[in-house]
Amino acid sequence: MATLTAVSSSTSTFAVRTENLCRHYRMGEASIRAVDGVSLDIRAGKFVALLGSSGSGKSSLLNLIAGLDRPTSGSVVVQDRDLAKLSREELAKYRLHVVGMVFQSFNLIASMTLAENVELPLRFAEVDRSRRDDLAREALERVGLGARMNHRPSELSGGEQQRAALARALINRPKLLLADEPTGNLDSHTGTEIMNMLRQFNRELGMTVVMVTHERALAERYAERMIFLADGKVIDDQPNQPESAGGNA
Amino acid sequence: MKVPDLTELALRNLRESFLRNSLTTVGISVGVASLVAMLSLGIGLQQLASRRLVKSGLFDTIVVTSRREMRGMSREEERNGPTAGESRILDESARREIEKLPNVIEAYPDIRFVTELRYEDKPHLTMISALPESAKSNDAFEGMQGGFFSSDAAPEAVLQKSFAEELLGKTPPLGGQEPSVADLAKPLLGKELLMRYAQRESSQATPQGTTSTRQNPEDNNLAAASYSVVSREQKLKIIGVADLDPESMRGPMRAKVFLPLKLAQSLHVMQPTDLREISHAASDEPVYSSVSARVKSPAQIQAVEDAIKKMGFTTFSLLDASQSLRTFFKVLDLFLGIFGSLALAVASIGIVNTLVMAILERRREIGVMKAIGASDSDVKRLFFAEAGAMGILGGMVGVGLGWAIGRVINIGTNIYLKRQSLPPDNFWAVPWWLVAAAIMFSFLVSLISGLYPAGRAARLDPVQALRYE
Repeated sequence: MATLTAVSSSTSTFAVRTENLCRHYRMGEASIRAVDGVSLDIRAGKFVALLGSSGSGKSSLLNLIAGLDRPTSGSVVVQDRDLAKLSREELAKYRLHVVGMVFQSFNLIASMTLAENVELPLRFAEVDRSRRDDLAREALERVGLGARMNHRPSELSGGEQQRAALARALINRPKLLLADEPTGNLDSHTGTEIMNMLRQFNRELGMTVVMVTHERALAERYAERMIFLADGKVIDDQPNQPESAGGNA
Repeated sequence: MKVPDLTELALRNLRESFLRNSLTTVGISVGVASLVAMLSLGIGLQQLASRRLVKSGLFDTIVVTSRREMRGMSREEERNGPTAGESRILDESARREIEKLPNVIEAYPDIRFVTELRYEDKPHLTMISALPESAKSNDAFEGMQGGFFSSDAAPEAVLQKSFAEELLGKTPPLGGQEPSVADLAKPLLGKELLMRYAQRESSQATPQGTTSTRQNPEDNNLAAASYSVVSREQKLKIIGVADLDPESMRGPMRAKVFLPLKLAQSLHVMQPTDLREISHAASDEPVYSSVSARVKSPAQIQAVEDAIKKMGFTTFSLLDASQSLRTFFKVLDLFLGIFGSLALAVASIGIVNTLVMAILERRREIGVMKAIGASDSDVKRLFFAEAGAMGILGGMVGVGLGWAIGRVINIGTNIYLKRQSLPPDNFWAVPWWLVAAAIMFSFLVSLISGLYPAGRAARLDPVQALRYE
């Protein structure tokens, strides 16, 4: 919890800052440059979309920001901490307290109920059981799943599962929400529902949102800034005027 | 992650792949069961042996003899000990001195003599021995028919089975069924035996001799150096027939009829030593051919034995025999333990296999946990907890199973023994420390088995794990 306080007291206006960030993979003889010299500044409280076709390196970049992967060279600084310099243990703490992640395939643990899935990060944070239950209920109620706490993911629709995943991502009150194609497995109606929630969290909780998508239309409707990637490089970076809140298409 | 959370998650994960994890746990159980069964058998046999030995009085008893007996048990003692002439006389005061030594429970004289017993007017010549009251707990009297002496001075006798056979004129046919103790005892209990014996009567019955001797026996050796032998009779009531021989270590010296110690002492039966000790034994104080000293526990035998040797007597105990017996059981336990552990070793491979499978299966789940903030050590500890839980569960089931196996072996052996008309006994024991140690051992083996899978799970790259379908 100390980490969280340190983060919130940070005065930096940049949530994420990368400098000549590279991530190369070795595949046999060939070297694949998934992320190749990306330098970016993302201001705190912004809703940013990373766009590009598959293989453009947008997910790899997201993983680097999430602290799931380590850069080959360059630096990625989130809330004043250089992720490349953190130990494995410190990176795990960073993922636990600073970032929330949402995936295309929801990634809920099938053997656990929604409440258990949502409170899982709290277990890693060693929060007391009594507080955990309250926080999990609160988070699930926030995404409209208060009544389905004891259901398993398989008993829910895709939209509901993604909402549960959102609740889990928010449970530790992260400063940075990373979403990897959050609507990729959803129909357009439930996709819109999820996107509205992302925007709500961005605006109401002041959370920085970085979303990876290949749908330009989606980005145009919600993002304040669109960063285009191809072959691991930033090819375009433009501000965007999103739709006003509550506007449904 | 906190331990209760870890345990809960581990148990949940074990429940998820119920069949596979149960099978692995059953494997551990079988391993623990074989270990427990083997060791409990070893411990049981050891307890049986030491129970018998302790009860037999062989291992907590020191036989003290005077060097004058010239029945030294070893050549070394013959050479190094005091010469026969210098040695002290084993008389009543020496007995009391021995009894006062630390850790000695009692020291009682060995009174034994060969004499004639008449039963239904037929004479029988046999060795008679006196037993102290403490002999009641002797293992030999476990299957006894009738009872033990009503008092230490009662005119009663306990017969050894073979003597009972002799009295009844029943000699067992070679290789045939031996008559049971109960059958032998029925016609004999309560009957009377007439014992004819030679009583030593001091000739200092004369007034001046009695007084002077009592005041200063050393100076009156010559005056007291005579006694008379009188033929006496004593009626004895048969109150018990014992199956086993409480004096099995005495070989040819073993007695077949037993009298209470006080009674035997009061009879002043002519002892073979009396002749040899004629120069010293003229006093009223009885002189014994040997005295048995009972020590609190076999561990104190050595110290007491040394103390008695310092007093100038020759001692003999079966301490060395008991030590080699203990070594034998330690080796037996070790071998049984190794054989038992083999099954557990196989089971531990099962744990490794199950957990490696679980990693493959739960790869994505591990990736997710890492993505939402699980540290390497959280993941590692989770797998450890799963291995440990299987170990403890398997250990508990295994102890129960091992207990049951031991029980069955014991029952089976006893049925066999019954057919061979031998008394049933406990060959098998599961002491509480074995239960605790077996579960602990199973837990440790499981944790060691979990080392590799847990390390592998912890090192899993979350990006790849999340990509894995």
